Amino acid sequence: MNVLFHIGRYLLLLKETFGRPERLSIYWARTLEEMDLLGVKSLGIVALLSAFMGAVITIQTKTNIDSPLIQAWVVGFATRQSTILEFSPTIISLILAGKVGSNIAAEIGSMRVKEQIDALDIMGVNSAGYLILPKIAATMMINPFLIMISMFLSIFGGWIAGVQTGIVDSADFIQGIQLGFKPYHVVYALIKTVVFAFIITTVSAYHGFYTSGGTREVGISSTRAVVFSNVVILFTNLVLTQLLLI
Amino acid sequence: MIEVIGVSKRFGDVQVLTDISAIFQKGKVNQIIGKSGSGKSVLAKCIVGLHVPEEGRVLYEGGSFHELDGEEKRAIRQRIGMLFQGSALFDSLTVLENVMFPLRMFGSMAKSEMEDRAHSCLKRVNIVDKDSLFPAELSGGMQKRVGIARAIAMNPAYLFCDEPNSGLDPQTSILIDDLIKEITEEFGTTTIVITHDMNSVMETGEHIIFIHKGRKWWEGDRDQLLVSDNTELNEFVFAGSLMRQVKRSMTGGA
Repeated sequence: MNVLFHIGRYLLLLKETFGRPERLSIYWARTLEEMDLLGVKSLGIVALLSAFMGAVITIQTKTNIDSPLIQAWVVGFATRQSTILEFSPTIISLILAGKVGSNIAAEIGSMRVKEQIDALDIMGVNSAGYLILPKIAATMMINPFLIMISMFLSIFGGWIAGVQTGIVDSADFIQGIQLGFKPYHVVYALIKTVVFAFIITTVSAYHGFYTSGGTREVGISSTRAVVFSNVVILFTNLVLTQLLLI
Repeated sequence: MIEVIGVSKRFGDVQVLTDISAIFQKGKVNQIIGKSGSGKSVLAKCIVGLHVPEEGRVLYEGGSFHELDGEEKRAIRQRIGMLFQGSALFDSLTVLENVMFPLRMFGSMAKSEMEDRAHSCLKRVNIVDKDSLFPAELSGGMQKRVGIARAIAMNPAYLFCDEPNSGLDPQTSILIDDLIKEITEEFGTTTIVITHDMNSVMETGEHIIFIHKGRKWWEGDRDQLLVSDNTELNEFVFAGSLMRQVKRSMTGGA
């Protein structure tokens, strides 16, 4: 019953969010600001994680398949596939749910408890649209770029780690990342990224928007935003993988 | 003019407001007073449409607010200015941007005209040379004044002030009260002030409604308030020793 209540209220919030904007120019300006805040400012953590995770994937792959029967290019191949299919779109999205999702819930939740959302409503502004729509547009536009950068850095990190530690030859690794490459896998990853961006933003905004109480409740909303975003991302990941890959 | 007819509101099993009716006149400072938790803020939120009452109607110039469609409600809301208890200024916007916000959202002015209008509103509340500061860099009194400037930016027909003096020193409180009174007279707004500050009531209360246990318990002006024999009202108004002295001096008591 409680779950149905939240799903219903979430859908009603989405309906309000996609209501007619008062001033498109203001919404667009806010979208650009949010692209910077939620996307560009996440670049550092995405880059760092991707490079190190790529390196770890390469080393672990090599150490787990160290057999004369398996060809040397498999390490590069496995690194590429793990990165493109799962690590960059899903794991980075889960990490963004932590960083961006908590930011969104805390910001909107604080605005709720400080009556700033009431102020918007009383002015006649569609508060849900004004606060949430630019964030949705921003993350859905900027996250695919973050994920593509993540893919590149992860594979690059894998190559550096592999070559520098001497566990894989540079030529073998490059042969592996080129072998049997299917551009559709990148499309699949980007579709997942866009869907996950929508989930992160709307689920987090939902928890922030319906915060009531004080600063403690803002913290609780922020935590819930991350937990629920992660759960919905994991479930959607399974559904999308079955729909798009099988 | 705003008319409230038989408004009742409950949250779950708790009946917060019961059958409240009142008329708030144009060009007057109308005050809703009462203890904390008496329901005065909920009444104000019902009037501005943030809460929907279970029973009763709120009429703006004769039109029932809660029966209007979304666009019509929005049109009325654009004629409402509200000063919140905590000012509710947008943290991420500067002082000037806060005041310009309703103009940018709904006005059709050029940017320079918007800035001029915002500056004139800020000047009206004695805030100058603070354009680029953020709300967190202002004192509580200044935040309230910027809140008033934002509330009057669109030339509102209705001005709501939710506990405008809370957290302010007595001098700043008087300044805010005077400002609300002057703006009401100057713009001819229908002003509703929610307060439990008796100094404010004595300074500006032209039409006072006392809410007690979610009901309208008493209605009158400040002169009638001082001589009323309503027990609950007297307990609330004359709770402080200063007010008891005022009462004694007025009634000639010992």
